[in-house]
Amino acid sequence: MHVTFTDEEVAFREEVRTAFSDEMPREIRDKQSQGVPLERQDYVKFQKFLHAKGWAGINWPVEYGGTGWTTVQKYIFAEEMANANAPDIITFGLGMVGPVIYTFGSEEQKQRFLPDILASNVWWCQGYSEPGSGSDLASLKTKAELVGDHYVINGTKTWTTLGQHADWIFCLVRTESDVARRQEGISFILVDMKSPGITVKPIITLDGSHEINEIHFENVEVPAGNLVGEQGKGWTYGKVLLQHERTGTARVHATEYRLKKLREQVAESVRGARPLAEDRNFMRKIAAVEVELKALEFTELRTLAAVASGKAPGPESSILKLKGTELQQAVDELCMEAAGYYALPYVPEQYAVDFPVAERVGEGSETKTSLRYFNYRKASIYGGSNEIQKNIVAKHVLGL
Amino acid sequence: MDFSLNDVQSMLADTVEKFVINDYDFDTRQKYAASDRGYSADVWNTFAELGWTAVPFSEADGGFDGGPIEMMIMMQHFGRGLVVEPYLANIVLAGGVLRREASDAQKERWLQPLIGGELQAALAFIEPQSRYDNANIATAAVADGDDWILNGTKGVVLNGGNADLLIVPARTAGGQTDSDGITLFAVAGDTQGITRNAYPTVDGHQAAEITFTDVRVTGDSVLGEVGAGYQTLSAVVDEGTLAVCAEAVGIMKILTDKTVEYAKSRVQFGVPIASFQALQHRMVDMLTACEQSYSLLLWAAMANADATAEARKAISAIKYQVGTSGKKVGQEAVQLHGGMGVTWELDVAHYFKRLTAICQMFGNADWHLDKLAE
Repeated sequence: MHVTFTDEEVAFREEVRTAFSDEMPREIRDKQSQGVPLERQDYVKFQKFLHAKGWAGINWPVEYGGTGWTTVQKYIFAEEMANANAPDIITFGLGMVGPVIYTFGSEEQKQRFLPDILASNVWWCQGYSEPGSGSDLASLKTKAELVGDHYVINGTKTWTTLGQHADWIFCLVRTESDVARRQEGISFILVDMKSPGITVKPIITLDGSHEINEIHFENVEVPAGNLVGEQGKGWTYGKVLLQHERTGTARVHATEYRLKKLREQVAESVRGARPLAEDRNFMRKIAAVEVELKALEFTELRTLAAVASGKAPGPESSILKLKGTELQQAVDELCMEAAGYYALPYVPEQYAVDFPVAERVGEGSETKTSLRYFNYRKASIYGGSNEIQKNIVAKHVLGL
Repeated sequence: MDFSLNDVQSMLADTVEKFVINDYDFDTRQKYAASDRGYSADVWNTFAELGWTAVPFSEADGGFDGGPIEMMIMMQHFGRGLVVEPYLANIVLAGGVLRREASDAQKERWLQPLIGGELQAALAFIEPQSRYDNANIATAAVADGDDWILNGTKGVVLNGGNADLLIVPARTAGGQTDSDGITLFAVAGDTQGITRNAYPTVDGHQAAEITFTDVRVTGDSVLGEVGAGYQTLSAVVDEGTLAVCAEAVGIMKILTDKTVEYAKSRVQFGVPIASFQALQHRMVDMLTACEQSYSLLLWAAMANADATAEARKAISAIKYQVGTSGKKVGQEAVQLHGGMGVTWELDVAHYFKRLTAICQMFGNADWHLDKLAE
């Protein structure tokens, strides 16, 4: 056992660090550092930069264009990406539907879909949740009926993140309703968002932003060839994907980066008679979260190592999701404490690219603190609420 | 020790409660919050007609001699209704200073129209660097003959964009964090040299950053004694703190009610989620938090009404309690509402945001705990 990196790993870190500092598109770095929200084209541009480096399919097998990296390399990459304040990789294609297609899809589906996912030519979104289905995903009602050589889909999907940008959606749909267990009779299907009968309705979240959507399907015809794997086995495929999603939601390095920034902020900014960094209570709280994060970092590494040795991420990924989102929210709360009264102004418009920085209310982007805090209350709700994660651990890990 | 309300207090409680239930539903509130001024001028006139804008002022000033108990009653209901009309900024904060320090002439000019509902006011006590230290005032006032020249910046001035009157604590002597040497000025909002950057706040209220550049005011703008404004400022901020704590308790109670109601109707895995023991316990914790907070609120209001030796301590106690329990109740209400809880459409999110804003104001939980630990 060693906690230090080998010479090769140090060289890899240098390579990644240099690429992020020298080659990441300039306008994206500027937007990120000024707190300007990214648009669709920014995400695409960033991912195309990753693709050009051969780094888009971080977890993908080499035969499908993946990196073939070791666990340690993935760890280094994630850390460097966070330290470069790089944007999030939009996970729906690269992290979710891609792995399902290369694991369960047909040869034709692999050839048709995987290259465009890797190259970020196609934006995917996720059609899982439904109004009313919530954490009880198996209660989904959206129906796909096989008529000749195509399925006809009717129903509504909701909480669809960035669905307004999507070219394609992957859905869990009910293909049989007369089943013994509700988890049976569910299929995994790929749908072109341009298909007639699809409408996208925005849902505004409590922070005032448009990120999620409700998507209606009215007699939407989908070629039967877009069904992934076997009809009725979608739950199994979807579950594999959910476990990947849960691993991904830990966001350890991003949270570490935010804590690092918070430490800098409270050391520099004098609010009250002294910098907040001289407030021992506050610094102890930061330190406590840092300890928990370090633990989670190693829990995630252990999980990734198990995956690398051939195991699929199991129910333990629920622990990553649980703890990861708790710590994200803990950092949000610390940032709120640091912001004081400047958590109050609601001025999202001042983070537009052409807004003069000198005229902004508050220091840096501190007035975004509460918007982030409000928005990320979702973290303990999405991807299976944290209550559901605890049920999963209780049942499948502890055998209760 | 007596927990009962007198007849006048009961009547006040009834009328405010009825107003919120009958005339202030959530959609109406949202419409007012989204309007240009951020509140309804008609509703404000109604407040004046009903005498609510006169409650804390003396009978000699045309008020009702109300105190902490009356404020607690009103603010709890304002919390339940998520009322956006600037009662805190006008009546509790600006009114609190005028009530204590204004001369007869100043009352005639500022306090009478304030009580009449014709004038909007703000107390500009926060500065960008001050955090929760109200003595940390860099805005300077320098005497020039009989006049004073003001220079400096005030931040997050509640109701600052709409205010016709700005009450400005400025430094006339001493160092930046000294409590001595602070003077309170009554400054007309349209005085030359004032620039305002007004904006909505995350809780649907309004505030502004206000810059004073060589703002010349006459000698009769000084409220009270030169250099001796801190004590009044402090007392008024305490009253504001108590008022928002009462509002927070009203919000915590309604959030708990709404969460219980939702859990009973929301079906998952074939049963209402209220049947899950793990969630039942959490709702019990929410209720306990409400009850504990309400108890401290009553103590604080009574201790301040009776001006006991523990009056100041009780304010830090309730603000600490609201800062911790209020945060918990707000977060749990959102969490138990699931995806719906994070939508703009649902009132729960807006109660949560107001509660959060209250936690950020007048000293957060840690700040008040520090006071209690001193």
